[in-house]
Amino acid sequence: MQELNKEHKPLIVAFCCNWCSYAGADLAGSSRLSYPANVKIIRVPCSCRVNPTFILKAFQKGADGVILCGCHPGDCHYTSGNYYARRRMTLLFSMLDYLGIERERTRVEWVSAAEGAKFSKVMNEFAKTICELGENKRLEDLRCKD
Amino acid sequence: MQRLEVAFLEKAKELLSSGQVNRVLAYKKGEFCYDVSPAVFYSVEELENAVYNGFCGANLSKYLIQESKKEGKVAVFLKPCDTYSFNQLIKEHRVNRENVYVVGIECQGKFSIEKFYKTGVGFVASVQEDLDSVLVNGETKIDRNAVKLERCLVCKKQHVVYDELLVINEKKDGDLDRFEMVKKLEAMTADERFAFWKEQLSKCIRCNACRNVCPACTCTKCVFDNDDSQISSKANADSFEEKLFHIIRAFHVAGRCTDCGECSRVCPQNIPLHLLNRKYISDINEFYGEFEAGKDIAQKGPLTNYTTGDIEPNDFKGGNK
Ligand code: SF4
Ligand code: SF4
Ligand code: FES
Repeated sequence: MQELNKEHKPLIVAFCCNWCSYAGADLAGSSRLSYPANVKIIRVPCSCRVNPTFILKAFQKGADGVILCGCHPGDCHYTSGNYYARRRMTLLFSMLDYLGIERERTRVEWVSAAEGAKFSKVMNEFAKTICELGENKRLEDLRCKD
Repeated sequence: MQRLEVAFLEKAKELLSSGQVNRVLAYKKGEFCYDVSPAVFYSVEELENAVYNGFCGANLSKYLIQESKKEGKVAVFLKPCDTYSFNQLIKEHRVNRENVYVVGIECQGKFSIEKFYKTGVGFVASVQEDLDSVLVNGETKIDRNAVKLERCLVCKKQHVVYDELLVINEKKDGDLDRFEMVKKLEAMTADERFAFWKEQLSKCIRCNACRNVCPACTCTKCVFDNDDSQISSKANADSFEEKLFHIIRAFHVAGRCTDCGECSRVCPQNIPLHLLNRKYISDINEFYGEFEAGKDIAQKGPLTNYTTGDIEPNDFKGGNK
């Protein structure tokens, strides 16, 4: 078991809004900036499309860390989606903390379409944090792990 | 206290016989003194079975979603905490206000039958109420605060919406700090918090009573009834699902929960659900300014509003590590 844990590669789910962050990720790719292969990107129309169930479901299905990326405040394609997302995520993250779940497993970052470098930096940093935290035990669905 | 019940019955009779309303939403006797339940009365004769006492804890507001849409006017007796829920329903356009005649009724705190048993009385056949004590079975005197529901120890006291008031005595006590336990939990270590919630939430049998009773849970199709959600109406398969259900339930009412305490009252497993709701409430107060759902319906709800300078999700400190 110990052996296995050492090899454990954390799974990271990144929800990226279509208009900024997904394009940012694209730019990171085409500029040949690397980010960890275990970051799985899920494209959403806007950061505020992500409701708390998405985040929790990602953890349930085996994610070790979940990050939400959207346009910078003020730049949302739909004007204010990210402002609402910001409030929701603040409350959700605080609740997870209250339940004793590691605060560092969840994150929100604003990444514009021009910030390929920021995207790569954010993902590398987040992956490092999650690696240090290790496997997600407190919010996992045992059926999904083999 | 008996005076209040007499006044309640008189008022109900008067409203019905004058034709001002064609039905009254209140409480009816059960088999035992403590199993009082909400009921609609259509005639003065039916009011024979109506009661108003310390066991009338049920919040009648949610029934008004249906009742206010029927033919004719309905009269309802609402306690202070019930009026907050009703006000919130008005704000969300869930009730037809013109069809409801609200009598704001006095409340000196409602009872939890479990708390009676905890004091050592073996059975409860009758309860005579006083402002600060109760006499059980005609012989055992108990401090009223000892048998009150948790929510009545942190009472809201004022009626926020009514057409008339039926208040004889001022409310006594009920001034404890409702966030005390939330603060205690925040001060624990993350491991202690995790252990606390694991123990509490794993008791849940997913009866959905907390959702069904909640006056803020009014969606016609609930996520927990949607089979595709994979969390619909079923017992938890694992410890994750326990949390998923509870985080989502509380989140769906965040910013709209009036802290009426009904979810904790009805939970057959005695899970302190109010501690989840109050966490959201205290966070909202801290991050976005004092807000009390149901109090002032002109104020925008905290989750349907924002400012450009809101705190970033990564920046709040969180509880102890
Ligand atoms: S009322 Fe209690 S047992 Fe029933 S679903 Fe709600 S928390 Fe679970
Ligand atoms: S969540 Fe509980 S306290 Fe809040 S409104 Fe619903 S029943 Fe009342
Ligand atoms: S479209 Fe990017 S956050 Fe709304």
